[in-house]
Amino acid sequence: MPLNRNIKKVLVIGSGPIVIGQAAEFDYSGTQACMAIKEEGIEVVLVNSNPATIMTDKEVADKVYIEPLTVEVLERIIEKERPDSLLAGMGGQTGLNLAVELYEKGILQKYNVNVIGTKIEAIKRGEDRELFRELMKKINQPIIESEIVTNLEDGIKFAKRIGYPVIIRPAYTLGGTGGGIAEDEEELKRILDMGLKLSSIGQVLIEKSVKGWKEIEYEVIRDSQGNCITVCNMENIDPVGVHTGDSIVVAPSQTLSDKEYQMLRTASIDIINSVGIEGGCNVQFALNPNSFQYAVIEINPRVSRSSALASKATGYPIAKVATKIALGYTLDEIKNEVTNKTYACFEPSLDYVVVKIPKWPFDKFTDAEKTLGTKMMATGEVMAIGRNFEEALLKGVRSLEIGAYSLEISKFKNDSLDELKEKVKRPNDEGLFIVAELLRRGVDVEEISNITKIDKFFINKIKNIVDREEELKGLSLKDLNKEKLREYKKLGFSDRAIAHFLKAEVEDIKRLRRELNVNPAYKMVDTCAGEFEAETPYYYSTYEDFDEVVVTDNKKVVVIGSGPIRIGQGIEFDYSSVHCVLSLKKLGFETIIINNNPETVSTDFNMSDKLYFEPLTEEDVLNVIEKEKPYGVILQFGGQTAIKLAKYLDKKGIRILGTSSEQIDLAEDRERFDELLEGLNIKRPKGRAVWSVEEGIEVSKEIGFPLLVRPSYVLGGQGMEITRDEDELRYYLNCAFEKDNKNPVLIDKYICGREIEVDAISDGEEVLIPGIMEHLESAGIHSGDSITIYPAQSISQKIKDKVLEYTKRISKAIGIKGMINIQFIEYKDELYVIEVNPRASRTVPFISKVTGVPIVEIATRVMLGEKLKNIGYGVDVYKESEIVAVKVPVFSTEKLKNVEVALGPNMKSTGEVLGIGRSLSEALYKGFLGAGLDIKKVKKVFAAVNDYDKYEFVELANRMNEIGCEIYATKGTWEVLTREKVEAEFVDDNKALNLISKGDIDLVINTPTKGNDLEREGFKIRRRAVERNIKVLTSLDTLRAVVKVMENKVEYDVYVL
Amino acid sequence: MNAKLVLENGVVFTGRAFGYLQETVGEVVFNTGMTGYQEVLTDPSYYGQIVVMTYPLIGNYGINYEDVESQSPKVKGFIVKENCTFPSNFRCSMDLDDYLKNNKIIGLEGIDTRALTKILRDTGTMKGVITLEDMDINRAKEIMKNFSNKDAVLNVTTKQKYHIDGMGKHIAVYDFGIKQNIIRSFIKRGCRLTVFPATASYNEILEVNPDLVFLSNGPGDPEDLKLIIQNIKELLGKKPIVGICLGHQLLALSLGGRTKKLKYGHRGCNHPVKDLTKNKTYITSQNHGYYVDVVPEDMEVTHISLNDGTVEGMRHKKLPIYSVQFHPEACPGPKDNDYIFDEFLKLAL
Repeated sequence: MPLNRNIKKVLVIGSGPIVIGQAAEFDYSGTQACMAIKEEGIEVVLVNSNPATIMTDKEVADKVYIEPLTVEVLERIIEKERPDSLLAGMGGQTGLNLAVELYEKGILQKYNVNVIGTKIEAIKRGEDRELFRELMKKINQPIIESEIVTNLEDGIKFAKRIGYPVIIRPAYTLGGTGGGIAEDEEELKRILDMGLKLSSIGQVLIEKSVKGWKEIEYEVIRDSQGNCITVCNMENIDPVGVHTGDSIVVAPSQTLSDKEYQMLRTASIDIINSVGIEGGCNVQFALNPNSFQYAVIEINPRVSRSSALASKATGYPIAKVATKIALGYTLDEIKNEVTNKTYACFEPSLDYVVVKIPKWPFDKFTDAEKTLGTKMMATGEVMAIGRNFEEALLKGVRSLEIGAYSLEISKFKNDSLDELKEKVKRPNDEGLFIVAELLRRGVDVEEISNITKIDKFFINKIKNIVDREEELKGLSLKDLNKEKLREYKKLGFSDRAIAHFLKAEVEDIKRLRRELNVNPAYKMVDTCAGEFEAETPYYYSTYEDFDEVVVTDNKKVVVIGSGPIRIGQGIEFDYSSVHCVLSLKKLGFETIIINNNPETVSTDFNMSDKLYFEPLTEEDVLNVIEKEKPYGVILQFGGQTAIKLAKYLDKKGIRILGTSSEQIDLAEDRERFDELLEGLNIKRPKGRAVWSVEEGIEVSKEIGFPLLVRPSYVLGGQGMEITRDEDELRYYLNCAFEKDNKNPVLIDKYICGREIEVDAISDGEEVLIPGIMEHLESAGIHSGDSITIYPAQSISQKIKDKVLEYTKRISKAIGIKGMINIQFIEYKDELYVIEVNPRASRTVPFISKVTGVPIVEIATRVMLGEKLKNIGYGVDVYKESEIVAVKVPVFSTEKLKNVEVALGPNMKSTGEVLGIGRSLSEALYKGFLGAGLDIKKVKKVFAAVNDYDKYEFVELANRMNEIGCEIYATKGTWEVLTREKVEAEFVDDNKALNLISKGDIDLVINTPTKGNDLEREGFKIRRRAVERNIKVLTSLDTLRAVVKVMENKVEYDVYVL
Repeated sequence: MNAKLVLENGVVFTGRAFGYLQETVGEVVFNTGMTGYQEVLTDPSYYGQIVVMTYPLIGNYGINYEDVESQSPKVKGFIVKENCTFPSNFRCSMDLDDYLKNNKIIGLEGIDTRALTKILRDTGTMKGVITLEDMDINRAKEIMKNFSNKDAVLNVTTKQKYHIDGMGKHIAVYDFGIKQNIIRSFIKRGCRLTVFPATASYNEILEVNPDLVFLSNGPGDPEDLKLIIQNIKELLGKKPIVGICLGHQLLALSLGGRTKKLKYGHRGCNHPVKDLTKNKTYITSQNHGYYVDVVPEDMEVTHISLNDGTVEGMRHKKLPIYSVQFHPEACPGPKDNDYIFDEFLKLAL
């Protein structure tokens, strides 16, 4: 059936802010969907609250609403836009749940909106565990013995009957939130109770644990005529019980014979036929490693993280094809874009191995519980392609940016065998390295497989790498002849790893490779294993003889991407990278992207002229550059991942477009930069590096509290804290020097002023500041975690002028060509500079969208030599917009056990939403709403504030009282409130936890005494609250804004940007 | 031990030999299936061919006693990127290396199989020699010249007629190198089978008075099988006839159609075929180097390949005659087309 001509206007719902379990993959699918609809001449209305996405660009959809994703907001948009159709499955679980809700509430019917693609009834058959289970029974598909319970008692009864361990899975939540494995009744009670609260329909599935079985996934597509194909299957290296998002995954499956492969393929197709999918679907199985016994775990009747991975792993654009199916096409009518000869109705054949490795935030959250389970904890992932498993695995490992270039990390060297075996028993983020260490110590494959339940095949592959690493240790540089060196390179060994094991220099290996002519060849990802001629410009490196890349004579630019999504370097950088590529295309350059993140738009092979799916290390990047010989390389948009390549590439004589390596260093080297500021007569907070506790105390007396303290060797606010008195400082320094006494601790005066931020473009002479942003929370909370307001609301013209002046001076002094991000503090009419980044920052998409200034495009043109004054957006500060916009951070702390919730200098947020309005209150109301807090519904507030904040809190509490909020407070806070005649109810810690557990509280206000102290009651309260989906405010600045919004009783509207 | 693949066009790939270390010659073809190497090795249709697997890791799940399509591997040589020496699967009873050794077949690993595949795709299928010596191209060409696969069917067909009991329809099977799963598919449906050697005359077939005649798959060029075509002609109109792969091609030739060689064949588990009567597309398992180029006048096309539009199935306009080019019995490959066997049986008397 061809295009359905009745479809004229389609509403697409995005997935909202990036949270653990829902990341950039839905920007990729949503963007593909919008473009697939638009190219049919059909109008697209897009709603997403996340401004850092490509999908919310004007070029992608016809009408873009960056608005909170709630049913009420969506109804308003539907009322205004009157779409005839809704495409439900592109916005992850969020989009799907909203579509179901719109349907259930009769809103779709009221406005005559037809759901295209997989129908609501089918979605429900796939999502509702009870319905799904019934259906599976009907079609004879085995499921794991399980029961849906809606209360604690039934759960306990059922678990007793089937026996422990049992798995607990709440219905309708993201990334398995609230689930877990219970070994006994105690554990079951705790997890089940939480799961019942978190499920939006109060349903939890308890199932018999099949721990130790293999987890296998199939990505399936079905059209309205019932044509069905499987795009890809994937094998999780970790056994069932580890969330697939937290598992190392390999595609295609490696240990399944054709019999098992086809058995599960047939099951997948039978399942999606019975569910009635029209589009994409993911099916997960548990497979007994010792028989043909299998069980269906679950399906996702939509595109997913796995489908994004499968798309990148095979070259088959699942979201796009699913969208075409929704528009009426059948699979045999849709062209395969890769070959342009065959159709979408076929199954890709791979002639390479794909490995995906999760990226966890544990480097940031060192106290987090790192045991992997059914709750996903990874913020992002890397993918690597090789012609053998070892190569793909090692490429993946070095893509993670965890300092590992081989399977040997020093961390486990001192552990005893027993300790290592104990550690690897529970799956954790470092399992791969522990397995390697065990093999290194001679533990046999069988035993490790028994402990870990990882298939022997994979352990043997890891062993192969370890054996070769050990072999290298006994060699020296002169032992490496061409054949030998090629063997290591074929197994994916990096130059750096080889050098490390040989105790040689990386450059020696590089030189040797050049002398012996051992260079990578690049192969194409073509969906068909070479059977048909293909036109995809999508390549990966491998060490073989035949290279498939045709290098053109065009003038080309290489753009370095930002790698896996992590806290502090998220989707914003992918946004910038993609826009850079689009701008370069407009300027007539051939564009080349290098990146390793399968979730993103930048790794969609339709984006750039060529895509190299490679690790972003010096070696891998230089290999591509040496092959392509581009005019230049752009590093400014790939975050720290790209910027840190500057020195190396510069040394190799590669042209870095825009700000040079030397200039980047000037901005990043603390001492050099301090000198520069001094020379420019610009202030920064006083500070010193100290080497001992006593020295620190001395310095504190000199500078005065409060102090900002941090270890000197880390970036991005890791380990950074504010100390307010000597006790706190002593505690911090003791801990810090205990961990590491070889490096100093940096102590800076903490200035509790207003934080101001700019992203500016400089052409070396003049600057353009698209907008001056103000942070709602005072300095001391990481800029990525504070609410950002544009235009700045409470900054005087004088300070604004100074911001411009300083930006000009700094940009010129460094010699910035392109992007610069500067963070200031205004305190008592003085302006201090606290941070400068010689690159695009995370606020670029936000400020681009709200000002309408195409920042990335302008910066790209400047980097290529154009002058700001000729580009058409003027210089200095761009005119302020009429509309007020706020960027509100969103956190995933509820998914990370034991992680501190309170905000501080260490960034914690995973995503952001936009709130826009005619007034600040309207913008804030919508911003908070998008971030999950409906201020209008806040009635019961729990408060426990620290001594520093008590008096300031009195005023706010009073105002809350007046609006009709009930306040519950702990002892200290209650006493102060009562003394000041503010009505509040006293609750002790236990009662507080109880109230929160029962969900009887709408908002928790808790300003912490000291971060990272797990013993304190405050920590427990904060954790309990986020785990129960109750918002926690840990700064009175944020509360003040909330109270203001409460008082203003705002009405809101929806706006097209 | 180093070994070389020398192709007819002079291209040489150097890798390592495994399995049985003895020179071989054959027609070099590639298969794009990611699983099912054991079924491929034992599929008699590959007789005379050196098979290259495009998926790089082969042997991961080892070799078992069950997944065989005939008694022994039939390929002349087996080329993989990486041969797995530590297979892992609960049914695994030996590794690929030993299996090939025991069956006197040479394997070649460690070559750029993707490059080889692309050469075969661009130039077309050609002959090749796997050698352990430093052989020059002229010597290789001589070996290739002396290689003929014209007797392939005679080498893989059953030596003697045999019976398989069943309560259902009686099917006379012409064995040109039949895959075991075809037989299993009929047995599953309760059929009684009499399996004949390819040399059996039409009279012998008619003597057992079958309800249906089945023409099996098999190796080689159908046009070489003149005698068999004669016998099939005699059966037309006398008994319902169905066929798969080579059987389908032979039917076409018997009815006055023509067959032709494909440039590089269809070999894999991911081939989309459109069933024109159902207006639905299925993913099929395929293994053929020839196809029906001219469809006989009395036949109508029932299936086409979605990739290149070639004929994948045909049915007689009046008589109970029906055949498909692809492999509904799968093994390896998707099971989506099992329904074809039911359609076959509907034609039985």
